[in-house]
Amino acid sequence: MNVIFFYIIAAAILGFSILSVTSRKILRAATFLLFVLISTAALYFLLQVHFLAAVQLMVYAGGIAVLIIFSILLTSNVDFTFEKIDWKKQLFSGLLALGGAAITILTLLQFNFKALIQPQTVTPDIRSFGRAFLSYGDGGFVLPFEVITVLLLAAMVAAIMVAKKSKQ
Amino acid sequence: MFLYDFTQLTSSIHSSLVESFGEGALTTTIELAIAGVAYLIFFAVLGLFLVYLERKVCAFIQNRLGPMRVGPWGLLQTIADFIKLLMKELIYIKSADQFLFNVAPFIVITASFLAIGAIPFDKGLQVLDFDIGIFYVAAVSSLGVLGVLLAGWASNNKYSLIGAMRSGAQIVSYELSVGLSLMTIIVLAGTMQFSEIVAGQADLWFIFKGHIPAMIAFVIFLIAGTAETNRGPFDLAEAESELTAGFHTEYSGIKFALFFLAEYINMFIVASIATTVFLGGWMPLHIPGLEGFNHVMDFIPPVLWFFMKAFTVVFIMMWFKWTFPRLRIDQLLTLEWKYLLPLNLINIVLMAVVVLLGWHL
Repeated sequence: MNVIFFYIIAAAILGFSILSVTSRKILRAATFLLFVLISTAALYFLLQVHFLAAVQLMVYAGGIAVLIIFSILLTSNVDFTFEKIDWKKQLFSGLLALGGAAITILTLLQFNFKALIQPQTVTPDIRSFGRAFLSYGDGGFVLPFEVITVLLLAAMVAAIMVAKKSKQ
Repeated sequence: MFLYDFTQLTSSIHSSLVESFGEGALTTTIELAIAGVAYLIFFAVLGLFLVYLERKVCAFIQNRLGPMRVGPWGLLQTIADFIKLLMKELIYIKSADQFLFNVAPFIVITASFLAIGAIPFDKGLQVLDFDIGIFYVAAVSSLGVLGVLLAGWASNNKYSLIGAMRSGAQIVSYELSVGLSLMTIIVLAGTMQFSEIVAGQADLWFIFKGHIPAMIAFVIFLIAGTAETNRGPFDLAEAESELTAGFHTEYSGIKFALFFLAEYINMFIVASIATTVFLGGWMPLHIPGLEGFNHVMDFIPPVLWFFMKAFTVVFIMMWFKWTFPRLRIDQLLTLEWKYLLPLNLINIVLMAVVVLLGWHL
């Protein structure tokens, strides 16, 4: 059952990714990208990592995809389509992509993965996530967490400064 | 009695399915199909009833009778309207982006479908019970705005585009307040799982348990939730006097019906989250110390409790719509960013202090 679902989701991810790079309308490409992100979230749900799945939906599908679509809405027209790329470029980029995929797959297959810890079937619950984020002991993530918050705060202040009207 | 505990019903269905089809993929598929069909029927009936309720409440507030002709008290009016909608022509717009135009209503309806699955209507009457329940609902309901944005853009109509932009700005801003006001209660509850949140309110509902900060959070949630569903007085996205109908101007027939249905279902979802998180979900009204009173309250089935509370909240939201004038876009954003958001942040700190010092009931 899980295997069937995995193949359905994987097919959706692959199909939508290809559609998103080949579409000649920019908002359609963005929509297909959105579907790729949602399918990835579905994959996380299948793996029972609910927290990661919800973060994927919230940050990527609900946040970044909305931002991309917003900016397209503000800048482009519905009639606009990209011109067709000539076949030489298409062939070249297709070959390049295939080569890249082949190298990645080969490396992954040849690398001898060793489990450092015993694989567990226990799914991490949200409490352990929360504790790990804020703990400063062994395996705690408080430093990266705080660094990211400072970075985001700086970005927000910068955005407000840019958007603020100058006094004239 | 399964009205009091739905786990018996679901487990008996499960065991009978296992008996006839065996433990495996087939049983799971059938169970998924049953759950899906049940939710579809629930969606349709709820949508029809909410539209009827909206018209009746509107009539009540405006001192009219509302629909009275079709069926007793006009109960069949919305069914007749629905049949009319189904039979209408689907208009294809030449200069619109057909694919996005058609896909947009489905994104909106899928988002509300995903969200409603996590809501517990009764003990065991819930499809998804993740340990991140509230976060999950917030995440999937943030997908709905994408459908609105795509619909507005794909229609190739200036009114639709303006409506979509307004709605996008509105939903993205008010999501913050919705999330933070729910976070206040998570601080009190100590969990995000819906079933545990409901179980935590067995002795007293969170709105009373958390007294002042919980009540502030409830009011903020009601305002922000109403704004998130694009309903009046926050219905700038479809302000009919300025934008004809906003993002769904160009839609007709069943596609329009999907937007319409999603709007009402979203209102119900906001009401049920308010019910579950603040008003005890399906838990009956219990007051510590009054044993007799608590026992009497226990006789009313939990499903009934849930729907009574949810429809009370729905009524309050309809009351908002028919009494307040529509806000301007700058007033809307000022309300969120200058008043609700700072208040919310202070409120979370207040709630944390209350929980740490054990001042809650």
